Amino acid sequence: MTDLSVRIGRLRLANPVMPASGTFGPELAEVFDLNLLGALVTKSVTPEPRAGNPTPRVAEAGQGLLNSIGIPGKGIPAWIERDLPVWRRFASPLVVSVSAPTPEAFGEAARRLTQPGVAAIEANISCPNLEEDGRAFAASPGPAAAAVAAMVRATRLPVWAKLSPQTGDLTGVARACEEAGAEALVVANTILGLAIDIEAAKPALGAGMGGYSGPGFKPIALRMVWQCAQAVGIPVIGCGGISRPEDAVEFLMAGASAVQVGTVSFIAPDAMPRIIAGLSAFCARKGIARVAELTGMALPARRRVVEVAAE
Amino acid sequence: MLDALSPVPSPPRVAAHRARVLESRPVGARYHMILADAPDLSETVEAGQFCHLLCPGVYLRRPMSVWRAGPGEPLGFLFRVAGQGTAALAGLRPGDTLDALGPLGRGFTLRPEWRRVLLLARGVGLATLSLLARRAAARGVAVEAVLSAREPADLMEAEFTGGDAMDVHRVFDPDGSSAPEVVAARIAGSSPDAVFTCGSDRLLRLAQRFAAARGIPGEAAIEQRMGCGLGMCFACVRRIRTKEGVKDLRVCREGPVFDLQAVEAWA
Repeated sequence: MTDLSVRIGRLRLANPVMPASGTFGPELAEVFDLNLLGALVTKSVTPEPRAGNPTPRVAEAGQGLLNSIGIPGKGIPAWIERDLPVWRRFASPLVVSVSAPTPEAFGEAARRLTQPGVAAIEANISCPNLEEDGRAFAASPGPAAAAVAAMVRATRLPVWAKLSPQTGDLTGVARACEEAGAEALVVANTILGLAIDIEAAKPALGAGMGGYSGPGFKPIALRMVWQCAQAVGIPVIGCGGISRPEDAVEFLMAGASAVQVGTVSFIAPDAMPRIIAGLSAFCARKGIARVAELTGMALPARRRVVEVAAE
Repeated sequence: MLDALSPVPSPPRVAAHRARVLESRPVGARYHMILADAPDLSETVEAGQFCHLLCPGVYLRRPMSVWRAGPGEPLGFLFRVAGQGTAALAGLRPGDTLDALGPLGRGFTLRPEWRRVLLLARGVGLATLSLLARRAAARGVAVEAVLSAREPADLMEAEFTGGDAMDVHRVFDPDGSSAPEVVAARIAGSSPDAVFTCGSDRLLRLAQRFAAARGIPGEAAIEQRMGCGLGMCFACVRRIRTKEGVKDLRVCREGPVFDLQAVEAWA
C-alpha cells in the first residue's frame, strides 16, 4: 500500500492531487466524492464583485482550451457569507485562490479570507485575463514579491504563489516569491494564446486573447516546474495539462511535490480520482513506498546523488 | 424567476455513460440523428436537459440537448452538422461507443394541471422541444406546435412528433410564412396554459409577447459556448433577469431552460 501523503509547507495532504483554480467547484461532487482529493482549490475570489469577460469565453485550440473568463464573482464579503459554508461541508483542506488589483488589496484580501475552514491562500498573481495586455504581477520579481509579501504580513495562513509563463525571468520570480514568504509555488497558470474565427474574421474569444491550458500546454508547464524546483527550496505544485496518472508522475519527477489538475475535468470529470489511483498503482509497480519519493527523481542534481550512491 | 445561483453539492448522480450506438443516420441535408443504448441515463433524463458528448478526435465535449429518452428507450440526439465536433459525432456508426456525460442542466416544467401547451420551435430547436412535446402528448395534454425552418426540406416534422398527435403549423422562409407577424396571426386564437420556445430570437420575442399578453407562464431553452458543462468554469453565461436584477447565469447549470420572460434575445 503506497503512502500517498505529501507535505506542502505546514500542510499535510492525504495525497498530492488537487484541482486547479477556475476549473473546479462544489458541483463536481455530483460526479465523485470530493473528500478523495488531497485539497480543494476555489475559483479566484476578488475583493469586489466582477462581471467577467464578454462571451464566448472559451474556444477549442488543438489539444487544449483557450479561456478568457475574466474572474466573475460576487466579491469577498458575499463569498464568505454564501460560498464558504458550502466548501466547509467537505473534509479536504480548502485552498482559497485570490486575485486583487494591487499588493495592498492582495494583503487586505488575505486578511479577510483568514477564516475558519480555510487551510491556505493561493495568490493568483498570474491571471492573463485581467491586467493590461495580459501583464500580471508574476511577470517580474518585484511586483510578484510585493503581492506575496503583503499577503504574508496579513495572514497566519500559508500563502502559495501561482506563477505565470508570461515572464522572461521565471527563476527570478520564483526566488522573489520564496524570499517574500511564500510556502509553495504553483507552476503554472495558463499561457496567453489566440484563436481566430476565420468565417467571422475576428477572435474566437469575446475578449480577444485568452489563457491556453490542456495537454498542448503540458511540456511548457513541465519545463517551468523543472526550472523552479532547482531554483527554490519551497515545494512546487505542478499544474498544466495533467490528464493522466503518467502526467502527474512526470511533474513529480520534474520536482513537484503535488499536482493540480484542471482542464481535463471538462473532458473527463472523474479524472482526479483516476489520477490518484494511477499514482498509487505506479508506485506499487516500481516498489516505491511513498509517493513523496517521486519528487525530483528526474532532476539533474538528484540523479547525480542517486548515481553516486549506486556506485 | 430564478433565485440567485448557489451551488449545492449533492451525492454523485452525473456520470460519463459509455453508450453503444444503435442507429446513426443523416436527417435531411444538414441534420443527423443518433440513437444509443444508455438505459440508466435514458431513464433519468428530463425533457430540456442535455448531455455533454465526447466527439472522436476533438478535444472538448459538445453539449447536446436530448431528443429521445425514457425508460426502456434508447437515448437520442438530433443535431445540425455544423463543425468539427458535430461532424465527428455524425461519423459514429452502430456498435461504436458514444461517451455521454449527463444528465446535465435544468429541464422544462410541465405542471400536472396544464391541459394545452404551445411550442414555438425553429431549426435544431425542434430537437430540444420534441421530448417535451411527446411527454406532454403522452399525458393527454393538447400540443400545438409551430415548426419553423428555412426550407420545407429542412423541416423535421416526423422527428419532432414521433408520430404522436399534435396540432402542427409548418412555416418557412421563402413564402414568408415564418415571419413573426404571420406566425402571430396563426396562433392568435390559441389559448394555451403555457408556451415554450427554442431555436430563434424572433420566435423568442414572439413567445414573450404572446405569453405576456395572456398572462401565462412559459420557458425558453437557450445556448451558449460551453466549457465544462457542470457549472465550474463560468464560460457559458447569458444575461438573465432574476429577482435580484439582471445576472449572468450559467446555461449549463441554471439553464439551459429558463423562465420565458427572464431571457434576453442575442441581439
